[in-house]
Amino acid sequence: MSGRPQIGATLAVLGAFVLLALAAPAVLETYTLTILLIYGLLAMSLGLVWGFGGILCFGQAAFYGLGAYSYAIAAINLGESTLPFALGILVPFLFAGLLGAMMFYGRLSDVYLGVITLVVTLIFFKFMNSTAGPEYAIGQARLGGFNGIPGYQTLNVPGDPDAYIFGDDFYYLVVAIVLVVYALLRWLLASPFGRVAVAIRENEARVELMGYDARLRKTALFAVGGAVAGLAGTLFASWAEIVTPGLFSLGQSAEIIIWCIVGGLGTLVGPFVGAMLLGYLKFALGQQTLIDNTLVLGLVLVLSVLLLPRGVVPTLGQWVGLARRRRPRRASRRRLRPARGGADG
Amino acid sequence: MDLATVLIVEIFYSIAVLVVISAGLAVVFGMMRVINLAHGEFLMAGGYATIVAVNAGINIYVAMLIVAPLVVGLIGLVVERLVIRHLYGRLVDTMLASWGLSLVMIGLATMIFGNTTTGISPPIAGFAIGGYQINGYNFFIIVVAALLLVAMYALLAGTRAGLVARGTMQRADMAAALGYSPDRVYMVTFFCGSALSGLAGGLLAPLVGLVPTTGGTYIAKAFITVISGGASIIVGLLSSATLFGLVSQLFTFAASPVVGEVALLVAAVVLLRLLPQGITGRFFRGRL
Repeated sequence: MSGRPQIGATLAVLGAFVLLALAAPAVLETYTLTILLIYGLLAMSLGLVWGFGGILCFGQAAFYGLGAYSYAIAAINLGESTLPFALGILVPFLFAGLLGAMMFYGRLSDVYLGVITLVVTLIFFKFMNSTAGPEYAIGQARLGGFNGIPGYQTLNVPGDPDAYIFGDDFYYLVVAIVLVVYALLRWLLASPFGRVAVAIRENEARVELMGYDARLRKTALFAVGGAVAGLAGTLFASWAEIVTPGLFSLGQSAEIIIWCIVGGLGTLVGPFVGAMLLGYLKFALGQQTLIDNTLVLGLVLVLSVLLLPRGVVPTLGQWVGLARRRRPRRASRRRLRPARGGADG
Repeated sequence: MDLATVLIVEIFYSIAVLVVISAGLAVVFGMMRVINLAHGEFLMAGGYATIVAVNAGINIYVAMLIVAPLVVGLIGLVVERLVIRHLYGRLVDTMLASWGLSLVMIGLATMIFGNTTTGISPPIAGFAIGGYQINGYNFFIIVVAALLLVAMYALLAGTRAGLVARGTMQRADMAAALGYSPDRVYMVTFFCGSALSGLAGGLLAPLVGLVPTTGGTYIAKAFITVISGGASIIVGLLSSATLFGLVSQLFTFAASPVVGEVALLVAAVVLLRLLPQGITGRFFRGRL
């Protein structure tokens, strides 16, 4: 992969995304679209860690929830959203860094990594659920146990606590954030750091023999993934106006993994599209009572593991690649538009 | 003195529960390297099978010890044929497919039984030790867990079927060359693992209020116990269940049940950090 086509592909994706993001409010309410975008961002964080770093994290929800809780707690104490917003990214970043350091410097891999991340998420879930009493408080913010934390300051224009960002404005803010994050991640992956990360995924021993410290690099990548998930959590906190321990639940972690699997690993667009598609499916299914929501999601996961092990976006990309007689990997990134069109239509 | 007795019984009880809920997963993971994340839902299915059978007038012991394992074993058989069979050797894919399966089962249970709590009462009455009340059913679970371990060991180490199964897990091609069909061995092993999960679900049915999402509370513990145990099925299961049972019960006793649960999880993280191959990766190597 040379540098130039990547820039071209990235710009094409960004352009297509901007067009779709501007057109989408004609089809769906911006309120729904906003949460779909937040899911997309969350899926991208795992797509980065898992698809490019080869680190299967069962606990991406931990960073998501941590971001949301950090924001909510800081917002109650400070009453203005700029610093809480930064904390919502920083806290999960640091936590993911610590957890990653513990795991990767201990040379843990695959299943054991899965167990540890899962367990950490569960610890958060159990702990947050048990914090109903008034003795559990950080500053003025009571953790609230099962009921979560309501009634904090949502996002406002920096420096002006009364100028809330909500509704359409919030939607366009999230669109802009997704654009920036996507561009930054693409840049990260195109940098030497990103290339070595992919090399570690392919063959860790070989990369280490070449003199790179795989442990440090995996930890750093894991921390970046944690920061993006935390950002998604922060935005969620502002969107939902309440944070509950459900953010840390196994179901939430499962959903993120399903998004990535269905969308396709090894791309950033894939998980994003997967999250938007399945998020919308869940939303549509939530409006009927005939079939249980969980049942459908489970079926989607089973069938996609069995039939589409590479995910929707890479598979589509491969078909297009065959049709155009181009290299499938390049084509895959250009296939954003039809897949998402399906979600909106 | 009374307190000490109660504490010891409780510790044995919590070890026994860990053994019971993890046994099915241990067989499937230890023998076949398949991580069945729908294990919790298999337990849930066993619980529902027991409750339905008891409500239909069947004796509760028959329901727990025979109906539940059979029903869940059959579910496992169907699952193995339809899904897992295609994914042997792909650890992560089996994990994900079985996770999807667990969601499907939760959805089905919600549609059939509704999102309400059901339960049956324990068949053995409690009794008092000094000033403390002890649940008589706890002893039953301890006894069943002990019998279960002995039976598993006897089956795997003492019978021809166990020998064939272990041989197939080590070298499937050799077993095939000697005339045993690995496909069939895998199928039977998965059936046995599922039946054990069903048994656990049946045994726990009188202790917990059953909801379709009950499985989630067990899967993590079972998963942790089995992975921390390491490669040896029975010794690994027993050693990690003992360690975690002890830790969680002592912390429950010293502080609160939530602290006990969290202590168990923290112990698991620390343990895996120190012994990344599980307990039997370092100690008791080569045992069954």
